[in-house]
Amino acid sequence: MPIQYYIYLCLALFSIGIIGVLTRRNAIVVFMCIELMLNAVNLLLVAFSKMHHGAALAIDSTTKAGIDGQLFVFFIMVVAAAEVSVGLAIIVMMYRNTHSVDINFLNRLKN
Amino acid sequence: MSTIQILFFFLTALALFSAIMVLVSKNPVHSVLWLIVVFFAISGHYVLLNAQFLAIVNLIVYAGAIMVLFLFVIMLMNLNSEAEPRKHIWMKMAGVISGGCFLMVLVSLVRQATDMQQRTALMGSGNVGLIKNLGKALFSDYVVPFEISSVLFLSAMVGAIVIGKK
Amino acid sequence: MSKLVYLVPLFPLLGFLINGLGRKSLSKTMVGIVGSGAILASFIVSLCIFFDVKEHGATVVNLFSFIRTESFSIPFAFQVDQLSSVFLLIITGIGFLIHLYSSAYMHEEPNEHFGRFFAYLNLFVFSMLLLVLGANYVIMFIGWEGVGLCSYLLIGFWFKNDNYNYAAKKAFVMNRIGDLGFLLAVFWLLFKLGTVTYGDVFANVAQLSTFDITAITMLLFVGAMGKSAQLPLYTWLPDAMAGPTPVSALIHAATMVTAGIYMIARSNILYTLAPATQTVIAVVGLATAIFAATIALKQNDIKKVLAYSTVSQLGYMFLGLGVGAYTGAVFHVMTHAFFKALLFLGAGSVIHAMHHEQDIRKMGGLKKYMPVTHITFLLACLAIAGIPPFSGFFSKDEILMAAYGKNPLYYYIGLGGALMTAFYMFRLYTMTFLGNFRGTHEQQHHLHESPSAMTIPLIVLAILSVAGGWIGIPDVMIEHGHQLEHFLAPVFAESAKLAEHHHLEASTEYMFMGVSTVAIIIVIILAVNAYRKYQDNGAENTGLGKVLENKWYIDELYDAVIVNPLNALAGFLKNVVEKSGIDGVVNGVGRLVGYGSRQLRLLQSGQVGNYILVMVLAMVVFVLIWFNDQTIMDFLSKIF
Repeated sequence: MPIQYYIYLCLALFSIGIIGVLTRRNAIVVFMCIELMLNAVNLLLVAFSKMHHGAALAIDSTTKAGIDGQLFVFFIMVVAAAEVSVGLAIIVMMYRNTHSVDINFLNRLKN
Repeated sequence: MSTIQILFFFLTALALFSAIMVLVSKNPVHSVLWLIVVFFAISGHYVLLNAQFLAIVNLIVYAGAIMVLFLFVIMLMNLNSEAEPRKHIWMKMAGVISGGCFLMVLVSLVRQATDMQQRTALMGSGNVGLIKNLGKALFSDYVVPFEISSVLFLSAMVGAIVIGKK
Repeated sequence: MSKLVYLVPLFPLLGFLINGLGRKSLSKTMVGIVGSGAILASFIVSLCIFFDVKEHGATVVNLFSFIRTESFSIPFAFQVDQLSSVFLLIITGIGFLIHLYSSAYMHEEPNEHFGRFFAYLNLFVFSMLLLVLGANYVIMFIGWEGVGLCSYLLIGFWFKNDNYNYAAKKAFVMNRIGDLGFLLAVFWLLFKLGTVTYGDVFANVAQLSTFDITAITMLLFVGAMGKSAQLPLYTWLPDAMAGPTPVSALIHAATMVTAGIYMIARSNILYTLAPATQTVIAVVGLATAIFAATIALKQNDIKKVLAYSTVSQLGYMFLGLGVGAYTGAVFHVMTHAFFKALLFLGAGSVIHAMHHEQDIRKMGGLKKYMPVTHITFLLACLAIAGIPPFSGFFSKDEILMAAYGKNPLYYYIGLGGALMTAFYMFRLYTMTFLGNFRGTHEQQHHLHESPSAMTIPLIVLAILSVAGGWIGIPDVMIEHGHQLEHFLAPVFAESAKLAEHHHLEASTEYMFMGVSTVAIIIVIILAVNAYRKYQDNGAENTGLGKVLENKWYIDELYDAVIVNPLNALAGFLKNVVEKSGIDGVVNGVGRLVGYGSRQLRLLQSGQVGNYILVMVLAMVVFVLIWFNDQTIMDFLSKIF
């Protein structure tokens, strides 16, 4: 598959994530859009990893080129999981205090 | 068109459609469900690229754990009502337009990038995505970041509990 | 020997540092020894240098590079030649006697102020030595400013008295006006010739146009006017009497006021080439001489009379410079230093005895109480009046003869001034020492001769006042009698070549001498007769006398013409320009910033969504800017 297809797909997913962040006010949906953007990047990393691997295989049949890209995805998932746990805890906190998940309620960086 | 191509376009269409549905669903629970569909489509892409380990992990961690967590929180808060405050229509327009511009500019950038011409991603073969090879790399070259990520997890856990207890 | 010339200013500088830093811990005796000893050491070195110069001629001693740039360099160098060595002797010699005298005169001051006084005196001498020794105009300017500073410090020595501070400020401001002229002249020289070193300037003087020379010399003369108290910048000198009497002696005799004479004598070639400036100098000098003499006729403060007499005598020196009699001017500086120092120290002795009473109307008959002071004061009066063979006669005669050669009118006016000098000096002498005592009984009871530390300088100076003129006896009287002229000849050689010579017939010269001497003696007899029986009847002066007593109302004139308009302008600037203009601008800027930030703050809404929106748009813009090439544009134009 031409790598450009993957790039376009990922850009589209990423942009949809951005639009979601910009247009929704529900904190949980915003959060989910961020996850969507992370996943778009993950997909792109895997695609590039396979692109490099394919290019390297033509020269050396035992090459491990491109493995770092996939490991990066792995670490991004780790960080995303940690982030989600903390982020959801914060949203729960916020809901407990304001009885709303509207991000516009968070326009004061105090209290 | 080969099977792989058919599968690719199908999965792509599914991912994009589901992603859009995430946005347009008014009910957050529906958004979560559509997002799980997106993750499944992306996992399908991983399989096409022969990144089997990541495909499985993506399903388990994202679609399984994280999205369940989301659902859990939404239901805990009883947000399934459609009471979400709506943004002003102009703000929405502005968001869509700026996001569109962003997409447009990046796409045009990629189109004129000569480096990306004639490059392909290896489909269905190649062994870097196998769990054996990834595991070897993870426990040899990447062992330190791996261990550090466990510390990160621990601290995230502690942080979540501290925040949640207040 | 000339290599050691740096020792001459070094000793007073060390004395200044020791006395200045140790003024609280050193005893008065110690301070006196350090202060006077430093000057004595300088004097000894100066003597050695004088004889060295006499034998080996002039030299320039380079110490270090002071300012060096691409286009010019100013070395820190000392000019050791006939002119500077003569001035060194005057400054350190008279300076030492005044220091010695001060150690007794100022003994009533508290320990700390005593040390401060000697520190200032030493700094004063140091500055003056620097001024005289500098081998270029910049070094001279350092000394020039130092002298101005020290005069300010010493005139305002008793700083608890507001009037004294006012006098000090006046001296400083007047000097600054002159200094500006000096500075402009130095810049002009640097601009035109690229050097300020005497040797180079005088050698390249032909490169300057007549206009340049005239302008430079006029500006230098403005500087000299300020320092040497000529019309119209003379008013600070009489007010400078606010300082302790030894300071007056130092300012009037050894340092400060002679700086202007020295500077012009040093630049004699420039002045010889600028006849217009010379005429100005002669006229200003003559006018000052007459003007100050008329004021001195009616002053009643013993020090004020002497102050105006100094201004008048300085006028003679400038007359001498103006008519090209440089040697005569330097000669008069020297003799004037002797008898004016003597007069001031004598006056100080009288004031000391009278418990700081300075009004001569309350004195009289001091002859029998203070014999040494009386005799020395009388000798000084004879010297300044110009009675042969006292020193003043020879120097004044030389200047007047040169003036006659230039323009007989100068001579007659100058002679009139000399007669006035004789009159007011003997009025002063008579009212102070002859007649009956007019002070209180308590003062009379305490009258005493001053201690020997004060009388010894008086005696030494008296000898010099009498005999000091004998090194400059006119050639018509004794062949090669004018040793000073022969000694100084190399310094003025270039000027002498250019100047036209007017040799008076010996008989004419004798006739003038005789006539002037007889006239002066008659005036002296008149003065003594008029004031011997003086009684203070409290009568006010009327008419011209009142005008003279009030110094021609010059201070009032300056107040009305310069000071008050300046004050009004300053008030206007303060109340109107400052308040509504400057403050308005400053406050306006402050308000503008405040308003702008209030408006700008609205952007910072706290709505995270807005921030992200702006961020995304910014990313778009950045991508467009960074990858701004045809393909993107083509693609975008295809879409839209």
